[in-house]
Amino acid sequence: MSAPVLEARKVTMQFGGLKALSEFELVIEPRELVGLIGPNGAGKTTAFNAITGVYPPSSGDVILSGERVNGQRPHQICGKGIARTFQNIRLFKQLSAIDNVRIACHQRAQAGFAAAVLRSGGFLADEERITRRAEEFLQVMGLAHRRDEQARNLPYGEQRRLEIARALATGPKLLCLDEPAAGMNASEKVSLMELVRKIRDDFGLAILIIEHDMRVVMGISERLVVLDHGVTIAKGSPEVVRKDPKVIEAYLGDSYLEEKHIAVPVGGGK
Amino acid sequence: MKPLIALRSVAPLLLTGILVALVQGSLPDYWYFVLVVAGINIILAVSLNIVNGFTGQFSIGHAGFMAVGAYTAAKIVMSTRGLVSTGAGEQLVFLGALAAGMVTAAIAGFLVGMPSLRLRGDYLAIVTLGFNEIIRVIIENSEFLGQATGISGLPKLTTLAYVGMAAAITVMVAVRLLQSTHGRALLAIREDEVAAEAMGVDTTGYKVRAFVIAAALAGLAGGLLVFYLQLCTPKSFTFIKSIEVVAMIVLGGLGSVSGAFLTAAVLTILLETLRGFSEYRMVVYSLLLIFFMLGRPAGLFGTREIWDLLPRWRRKAAAGGAP
Amino acid sequence: MTEFLQHLVNGVSVGTIYALIALGYTMVYGVLKLINFAHGDVYMVGAFSGFYISHALGVEKEPTLAKALAVFVGSMMICGVLVFLMERFAYRPLRHRARLTALITAIGVSLFLEYFMQLSGWFGPASAPFPPGPTPRFFPQPMSFETPDLPLGELSIQKVDVISFLVAVGFMLALQWVVYRTRFGTSMRAVSFDSQVAGLMGINVNRIISGTFIIGGVLAAVAAILVASSRPSINPLMGLMPGIKAFVAAVFGGIGNVPGAMVGGLVLGLAEEYVAGYLLSSYRDGIAFALLIVVLLVKPAGLFGTFRPEKV
Repeated sequence: MSAPVLEARKVTMQFGGLKALSEFELVIEPRELVGLIGPNGAGKTTAFNAITGVYPPSSGDVILSGERVNGQRPHQICGKGIARTFQNIRLFKQLSAIDNVRIACHQRAQAGFAAAVLRSGGFLADEERITRRAEEFLQVMGLAHRRDEQARNLPYGEQRRLEIARALATGPKLLCLDEPAAGMNASEKVSLMELVRKIRDDFGLAILIIEHDMRVVMGISERLVVLDHGVTIAKGSPEVVRKDPKVIEAYLGDSYLEEKHIAVPVGGGK
Repeated sequence: MKPLIALRSVAPLLLTGILVALVQGSLPDYWYFVLVVAGINIILAVSLNIVNGFTGQFSIGHAGFMAVGAYTAAKIVMSTRGLVSTGAGEQLVFLGALAAGMVTAAIAGFLVGMPSLRLRGDYLAIVTLGFNEIIRVIIENSEFLGQATGISGLPKLTTLAYVGMAAAITVMVAVRLLQSTHGRALLAIREDEVAAEAMGVDTTGYKVRAFVIAAALAGLAGGLLVFYLQLCTPKSFTFIKSIEVVAMIVLGGLGSVSGAFLTAAVLTILLETLRGFSEYRMVVYSLLLIFFMLGRPAGLFGTREIWDLLPRWRRKAAAGGAP
Repeated sequence: MTEFLQHLVNGVSVGTIYALIALGYTMVYGVLKLINFAHGDVYMVGAFSGFYISHALGVEKEPTLAKALAVFVGSMMICGVLVFLMERFAYRPLRHRARLTALITAIGVSLFLEYFMQLSGWFGPASAPFPPGPTPRFFPQPMSFETPDLPLGELSIQKVDVISFLVAVGFMLALQWVVYRTRFGTSMRAVSFDSQVAGLMGINVNRIISGTFIIGGVLAAVAAILVASSRPSINPLMGLMPGIKAFVAAVFGGIGNVPGAMVGGLVLGLAEEYVAGYLLSSYRDGIAFALLIVVLLVKPAGLFGTFRPEKV
């Protein structure tokens, strides 16, 4: 068995006096589908940011396929095989769908600036390859018909899928999805989770998925990690986690209220 | 490289050269002058657009790079005077000097681009403005560079053909960059820096590269300008000149190569023909800037190109021909 | 030693002026995140307002304290109105657009003021036409200083400098009181922290922003009159350099931070004076920018500022 794609060892993130994440431990093996769950403000996105290099961790190690990447910049970490989506969609809004994906293929281009300006043969072959690859990913995510449309003009669900297509195009070993189902209704969530599973199977990559609503990921995750106030309160198979009293306590408020259709005030700090 | 591709890479250049060479002999002096100035402004606007329009950084110190290129070229030509006697030799030295000016301007661009790694938007704008002013202060204090009076008595080596070809090179660089993976990386930085970084774009590296390319082209424009005016003074490269260029690309639409090209050409010709009202020139400029920002902040073309506005079939043909 | 003290005096005198202008930048940046590029030109308009009022009152023939006060207050009012209009018609419509749009507009406003004032006069007497045109004009002394300068050995401290220092410090103390002790100041700080939430808390954000602009404009006018009283040559481009330098002072102190702007102004004034005095006098104008670049590279948030990274 090869090295795990991701190993987080005692990763801690501190912002001033606030410990947003403390001693976060996570090991993801190739082709694994892991859910990272927890209530609002639990530190899930912070964990993502630490892994993908948006903020370097205050302490602890992030190890990708056996290589320590602390303090490396996000584009370097991306080059090592981690791609992500964002909770609040961050597409290149004014660019076309195809260009969004083509940018993610950027690291595959070999031709330099001069070749681009002179339109050398190598450059044209590069461009052709990138375009074809980008088209494939659009196809996979069912966005081929939106090829030339500006990203900002796509409907919400398609924007989410375009973000996934873009992340996939970087050729990751580990795909990190930050609340990909946010703002979707129940049936949309189900079909998105199907898609996530299919991506994992077709591309043979590991997926780490953040979800605020535990029930959504229960079905597809092999393992769950539960965060609350930056602390890992439970980990293990969905069955085990579901019965964990600490998880029930952390979640009770939210899911109980949701079931009773009581409006939950939107929490800040996201 | 196949001969056909090789031809394609320089064809626009050759075409412009031939065209201008045919035309320039028959032009009246006044129009010759206007076209030279327009060409230089096109170089400036299109190159600044690489930084401000494509990459979404905001530089208002373009004239500083012009000055670096211009003074380098002027010093080189003046110090080799007497060494070369033939016309052809002089032309060669001139071209070499222009190239050297581009290199020094590019180095300056690299130095100014570095702070942009840490600064965003308005802060960067002030740093570039500061750079522009520092260059001016240095020149005005340097005996070597002729202080406030500058370097005079330069030979008139700039021709319309050179300016035309330089403008063609600039447009070619900008358009081809835009349609390449590197150009898309620049656009990604403009659209969302965090996402661009997460998608594997080395944002700092690209920002610096954008600065370097734009600065080199500005240096070229500076060199061409002083060898047309036969005079190299700090007055040609003040912060007002930088603002003028910014105004051109803002009015044309940040990110639109054809927009920058057209506004640079039209504004220059318009303002030169309205010379009688030169007092009002900057007043008109400033009002245009304010009203455009209030009414149409994306400029005339936004980030689109002229050919995007053509009918659909034409666009498809263009997309098929040049991916 | 005398030389050192002389530089200190000059540095403080220039520095207080920078500080007064810097306050306008810093407060506007605080509430709007906008570099009001035209602020230096407001300072210029302040000087010219004083010039026209002096002319109308005949100050040069018979200066009195009352007239001096009239020049002061009138110029402050004109600048207050100018910045109010500027904010209302040029910046407010752009408040929710990209920040660069507003910055470009500010550059446009700045150029407009500079070049409009350079047009040759349409009306008014030949000695004070409006617009004033590009040639420098002579600012009449608002008060006569017949008493000799303070006797301090070889050290020369002009009385006008002392007065202007006291006036500047007075205004800064008043501002400090307004910002930290009044309802308006509290609202202003709230808007600066988060204008949306401040609006939800019942603060009239538009009014606070207008008020902030007006305070900045008034302080710029004060600075202009003080400067013009000791260095009477004024011209339409006089705001360019002090404006940019005051901005540097604001950034140095941490833009958005009121005491920071004051300290930044003083530091810049002293730095310029000492570098120009002991090293290279002709590089005076370059110092501000060198300082700016160093500060931004070493501590981009400035001396007292806090750097808030973008949330992902």
